[in-house]
Amino acid sequence: MQRIGVFVCHCGSNIAATVDVKAVAEAAKHESGVVFSADYQYMCSESGQDLIKDMIKEHKLTGIVVCSCSPRMHENTFCKAAAAGGLNPYMVEIANIREQCSWIHKDMPSATAKAIVLVRSAIAKVTLNAPLTAGTSPVTKRALVIGGGIAGIQTALDIADAGFEVDIVEKEPTIGGKMAQIDKTFPTLDCAACILTPKMVEAAQNDKIRIFSYSEVSAVKGFVGNFTVTIKRKARYVKEDLCTGCGLCTEKCPQKKVPNEFNLGLDNRRAIYIPFAQAIPKIATIDPDYCTMLKSGKCGVCSKVCSAGAIDYQAKDEFIDVNYGAIVAATGFNPIKVDKYDEFAYAQSPDVVTSLEYERLMNAAGPTGGTLLRPSDRTHPHTIVFVQCVGSRESEDSTKCGKSYCSKICCMYTAKHAMLTREKYPDTDVYVFYIDVRTPGKSFDEFYRRAVEQYGVHYIKGMVGKVTPEGGKLKVQASDLIAGKQLHIDADMVVLAAAIEPDKTARPLATLLTASMDTNDFFTEAHPKLRPVESPTAGVFLSGACQGPKDIPETVAQAGAAASKVIGLLAKDHLVCNPCVANANEMLCSGCSQCEKVCPYGAITYSYKEFRMPDRTTKLRLVASVNAAVCQGCGACTVTCPSGAMDLKGFSNKQIMAEVDAICK
Amino acid sequence: MSENNICREDILRISGVDTRKCMRCGKCSATCPAYDEMEYHPHQFVNMVENGDIEALVESPSLFKCLSCFACIDRCPRQVEPAKLVEAVRSACIRRQGHNHLSADAIPAILDPDIPQQALVSAFRKYSE
Repeated sequence: MQRIGVFVCHCGSNIAATVDVKAVAEAAKHESGVVFSADYQYMCSESGQDLIKDMIKEHKLTGIVVCSCSPRMHENTFCKAAAAGGLNPYMVEIANIREQCSWIHKDMPSATAKAIVLVRSAIAKVTLNAPLTAGTSPVTKRALVIGGGIAGIQTALDIADAGFEVDIVEKEPTIGGKMAQIDKTFPTLDCAACILTPKMVEAAQNDKIRIFSYSEVSAVKGFVGNFTVTIKRKARYVKEDLCTGCGLCTEKCPQKKVPNEFNLGLDNRRAIYIPFAQAIPKIATIDPDYCTMLKSGKCGVCSKVCSAGAIDYQAKDEFIDVNYGAIVAATGFNPIKVDKYDEFAYAQSPDVVTSLEYERLMNAAGPTGGTLLRPSDRTHPHTIVFVQCVGSRESEDSTKCGKSYCSKICCMYTAKHAMLTREKYPDTDVYVFYIDVRTPGKSFDEFYRRAVEQYGVHYIKGMVGKVTPEGGKLKVQASDLIAGKQLHIDADMVVLAAAIEPDKTARPLATLLTASMDTNDFFTEAHPKLRPVESPTAGVFLSGACQGPKDIPETVAQAGAAASKVIGLLAKDHLVCNPCVANANEMLCSGCSQCEKVCPYGAITYSYKEFRMPDRTTKLRLVASVNAAVCQGCGACTVTCPSGAMDLKGFSNKQIMAEVDAICK
Repeated sequence: MSENNICREDILRISGVDTRKCMRCGKCSATCPAYDEMEYHPHQFVNMVENGDIEALVESPSLFKCLSCFACIDRCPRQVEPAKLVEAVRSACIRRQGHNHLSADAIPAILDPDIPQQALVSAFRKYSE
């Protein structure tokens, strides 16, 4: 017979204001098996935990029920306290009378009645609990970082610095990401390339880091500490070990009309290309969509000029399997497409550009060699209008695929663009239309004020309503809310601060990782305040803008934080497994293999076993068995099994039914 | 609705607009082609309804300067739809004068300078979709 103790927590007034805790403790006393029941102000406090330990000893308790907050909050706390009191930690049940009772009800008598029912069902369950012992599983001491932008590079460098092997998978031919496209960085205006490229080189030269460029993750199996990841190495038609990056092929390739994605299509590249001079790895890649040799079999110029013999038109996608202990998502962001905003005439005039395009037009390595020229006629623009919040801060029912969040970085980069433009070309009039200027950050507001006070940028509170290309000019109609006027400006260029959104690869990746996402496709963190770099999926971590809009300093800080969490995981030799795993009753198993099909972890296998029959003959039967190290205790198999042979330890079918019975009593 | 006073709640009910959604970006007034003709501009219109300052709107000639082009509805990033407020105030005015609705047959007969043209244009736009 079980000897059960019940502890009812007041949680200050969180529970006690709505639930009569004394009545709950009193009601619990009359349940069968309960030998002790009490209420206490804060069960999670040290004295509350001591009460549990003392009562376990004093009343020789075999199981306890704590009526308190959600088990997500303090189940672990109470299990540890029970273990310290000499009880098996799996002999603890939590009745959630806070989130599922006191917080959602107002009326005390009905909330109290409900709390009593919840306690009764927890008592029914704990009566059937059996002590469980957690096993352990080994940890593969290698991490995978998905995405090779500044977030991924920094995470990889920090993990490697702690002595662990780490691989970066980058879908583009080079690492570097968005930061490689940026000219200067706010608020210090140091050159992005000057601070990024040394990190890229450092990553390439670090013998703990492997870079899989032009590669994608195509499958993920396993669980924390033991992931097996299939990496698709896309055919680049150039042998990585032979190419010296001399670039001769990229000069001789006759296919010159390929939009250069690194310059956002503002100029062209060849069909065989190296994205930019500091690319890492500095290896050419053939674009199969444009290469005439790959499309029609006629050409072969690059192969003829390559003295290293690195060109391989027969190359195929390769798939490799690698084991990892931890995975970091660092998939980054992209500006949204602004074509839907007809009023800004982005699709009508080449002189209406996004801020990232403007960044390339200002960049010394960009399509104009750093001289600011209008894309339409390559003349120097004299009036430039910047429009903030294009696609950001829109209502949920926005008809133009706008984002409801603030993209966070636009106010600062727009101030930077305005300032740099005025500095380089003092004869240029620069207008910035803003709804709010948001500059929280170290030296950020000072930076914005400098744009206004020192560089004479015209900041106007209001929005641009319409841009009309007319006679080589862009007629801008806007409101000045402070002056109470509608403005008409003849501009040479209009720059749109497009909202940023997670990269399109994030959603399918989240599916592979079984990591959760929010409605905007940003990865969800395990706790918004206290676990910001961990995904709720164990062993998956988040770095950079894939978790939410971020600037470079924040991204680097978060990348380091993600790395430290990975290091904390990889430093362990073994992980404690969850003992609440499935097990198959072979006598009931009919060998239908339904459970094998539904198991998301591949933990169930089928094999033939010999069984002795009543007439002393033996019979070979197909039965299921569960690999306890791989099973995550999700319970999918238990509800699928048509013969009731599958059961989950700690959550057995019998226990669940006992809970239901207790509720219906 | 009381005989002579149009209140904020009437306008919100007729228009279906939630003025609290406005983030005061001013894009409606930036967009408005009739801006210079108006005493109260679209963003002020939203603000005045929010503050219950309806009588001033009813009295203002701005009410019938709005072309009902609905550009502000199309471009508002918060889907506040200022033109619907203008239309609601106009409807309330018309109702106050005893004309609760118009039948299509009656329109040619009553097309005279006393009928605000915009009210008709607006109604046509609204029901032509």
